[in-house]
Amino acid sequence: MSNNGHLSGSFYFNGDIACAEGAISAGCRFFAGYPITPATEIAERMSERLPEIGGVYIQMEDELASMAAILGAAWGGKKSMTSTSGPGFSLMMENLGLGYMTETPCVVVNVQRAGPSTGLPTLVAQADMMQARWGAHGCYSAIALCPSSPQEMYDYTIKAFNLSEKYRVPVLLMADEAVGHMSEKVTITPPEKLKLVTRRKPTVSPDKFNPYQPDADLVPPMANAGEGYGFHVTGLTHDERGYPVMTPQAQEKLVRRLVDKIDKNRDDIIEVEEWDTDDAEVVVVSYGISARIVRYAVELARKEGIKAGMLKLITVWPFAESTIKRLAPRLKSFIVVEINAGQIVLEVERCAAGQTKTVLLPGMGGAVHHPDVILEAIRKAAK
Amino acid sequence: MTIEIANTKVIDQYIRQDRMPHIWCPGCGIGTVLHALIRSLVKGGYDMDKVAMVSGIGCTARAAGYVKMDSFHTTHGRALPFATGLKLANPDLKVILFSGDGDLVSIGGNHFIHAARRNMDITVICVNNFNYGMTGGQMGPTTPTGARTSTSRSGNYEPSFSIPALAAASGAVYVARWTCLHLRQLENSISEALTRKGFSLVEAISPCPTVYGRLNKQPTGLDQMKYYQTASSVENGADPMKVGIELNGKITCGKFVDIERPSYLEMAGFDKETR
Amino acid sequence: MESQVVLGGFGGQGIILAGFILGQASAIYDHQSATFTQDYGPEARGGACRAQVVISDGTISYPYVQNPTAMAVMSQEAFTKYTPELARVKNPILIIDEDLVKPANYTAKYYKIAATRIAREMGRPNIANIVMLGFLIGVTGVASAESVKQSIRDAVPKGTEELNMRAFEQGYSQGIEAIKAN
Repeated sequence: MSNNGHLSGSFYFNGDIACAEGAISAGCRFFAGYPITPATEIAERMSERLPEIGGVYIQMEDELASMAAILGAAWGGKKSMTSTSGPGFSLMMENLGLGYMTETPCVVVNVQRAGPSTGLPTLVAQADMMQARWGAHGCYSAIALCPSSPQEMYDYTIKAFNLSEKYRVPVLLMADEAVGHMSEKVTITPPEKLKLVTRRKPTVSPDKFNPYQPDADLVPPMANAGEGYGFHVTGLTHDERGYPVMTPQAQEKLVRRLVDKIDKNRDDIIEVEEWDTDDAEVVVVSYGISARIVRYAVELARKEGIKAGMLKLITVWPFAESTIKRLAPRLKSFIVVEINAGQIVLEVERCAAGQTKTVLLPGMGGAVHHPDVILEAIRKAAK
Repeated sequence: MTIEIANTKVIDQYIRQDRMPHIWCPGCGIGTVLHALIRSLVKGGYDMDKVAMVSGIGCTARAAGYVKMDSFHTTHGRALPFATGLKLANPDLKVILFSGDGDLVSIGGNHFIHAARRNMDITVICVNNFNYGMTGGQMGPTTPTGARTSTSRSGNYEPSFSIPALAAASGAVYVARWTCLHLRQLENSISEALTRKGFSLVEAISPCPTVYGRLNKQPTGLDQMKYYQTASSVENGADPMKVGIELNGKITCGKFVDIERPSYLEMAGFDKETR
Repeated sequence: MESQVVLGGFGGQGIILAGFILGQASAIYDHQSATFTQDYGPEARGGACRAQVVISDGTISYPYVQNPTAMAVMSQEAFTKYTPELARVKNPILIIDEDLVKPANYTAKYYKIAATRIAREMGRPNIANIVMLGFLIGVTGVASAESVKQSIRDAVPKGTEELNMRAFEQGYSQGIEAIKAN
């Protein structure tokens, strides 16, 4: 171990532990959580690692409290994170909304398991993807990333922190049980090669500081508590001063900006991976663990001479509209593979706008798709 | 250090004048309690840049928007875990939670007992008016049995919580109760609570003439203050398990708990608090 | 070149740890690609459990075992549940703990070791997983013995390294013997 607790080298980690190490590499020094399968290993790792490096781990009484605590810690000046799974994610929605409204940078990890309710605690699903987009009430835009391997759990946790600090927004790392519990080699980025983002600080004196006056990119600089700015933060609709204003005009102005600061910066935020899409007639869209299975099936299809390609959504929210719009006119079909009854397929279908077919391969949870099922769907779609 | 507060101008500088008038009704006690808190902070010589107020939702919680300091108006019941994160992220902050009774011990009840159990380094000021005022006077866990509210028109048939009992049983190191009539004592208790390491609580019984008072034969602030005058007795050191308040019954005031046990920051080994 | 290894048994036998050790040995010390996944239920003890390790000199897209090239089972339930998968593969290697598994109706060739008995005789029944892992490496060579030993040292509790080394050696030498006898 070297450099402020930063590991160096390669390790054999499961996705959960890789996520915790990613957080530490990103500068996370506050973690609040509550045990829940299959995310518990993240909390366990943080409880061991954070005290070694001057950070704070606290096990809260529930997930409502965990989410509230990481918001408080963010305003206390720390990069903060919590991790959970389905039932806990549902409990976090209320204060996640407070995070969107108050523009509080933090990272929430959901290692998805099969639901609804308690469901299959130890088995995989990807069925919280719409909850990630719309789960807190009201209008807002969300950022959600989906890792497909322990290495990506590490890398995208760092990316999640960077996006949260840059755009002052809670960022969701929407992992799944399969990736969380799978072990694979994880290479830690050396500290000198890490590109870390930290929140933009006010450049004006406290008497001139308006905590919700945005810069040109629609993101306001952020003061931390105790720095002498004497600011007010509220979950009520507020003006640039942070004061509650109970009018439709104030709502329009504030919420429009909360949506726009993500949507208008989507080219900076969105990341996808494309394989063999150049000449493809069928493109399979997926994310998380499913993307690995799809990759395998697409390789098999290519061996059969089928012009198949794949689109992996690293950023599921905001959705990669332009990529779908670009690909749609020249395809026979999109196939969407996801472990739910059909969530992201709705976005693909919307953006394809009738220019090509969109076929869903759903899964109710508990297992990943068998590659043969995907291969068969590719064969059929290519005909 | 003692600072004489001769006029309200000293207080005014800690209030966001551009947020006045406030939303509280005539006869309400919340402003009185907030005033006591600010006097305590001023007298204590606290660096206001290092004081932060956190609140949840409700009439009382609106106070966070009126004070000139770093202040956070969060979600209903969740102010304590938010304050917990804030305090642990920056232990140099003096974190004050300003809360109504429903916010604190109904929807926030679980967070309350756990913050007290941890002996989290936070001072809680709870304004107890026995009902949910902001939404129009519904019953809550502090509503005395028999009291009429908009959701217990013919009288509340549930037993009620005693906040000092709950706090003491959960592990608070400082517990006191006063009414809005006991201004000096209230201020002194808040001053003491602010100096204690760990979880301290001051309960302030407050009039809510607009809804609770109107439905329970005390339709003005003055009526409620008169009730406090006749029904209150000061019993410092009283057993917090025996200070429950019945409908129009006796109100035991005083300091009930003032003990020492290691605070969360001390237990966790990051006690950087300077006060 | 890809190996797909399954370790099966019941919760508490250290099946999952053995799978992790093998995956780590391959990925970190043999410089292969290696995924390790696990199936488990709510029980910390008892209940069927399975570790799956895929080892490849290329990249691994599909991280689960489809066609097991080697399987070690340490409970009758695991034998019943998992060995039918071997039918998909030409010349799979099956290994059983001979005191815990009766390979009824299994007509193909298999290897056996009394891993649990050996561990008990060494004074620590809970190192049966390492004995079995040693035997598996001796028989299959899916990872190098040196790498697995290094991986064991990383993964086992401090102070038990030497005991675990001996457990590995016991299993490994019997595995080498079994191959020679073949």
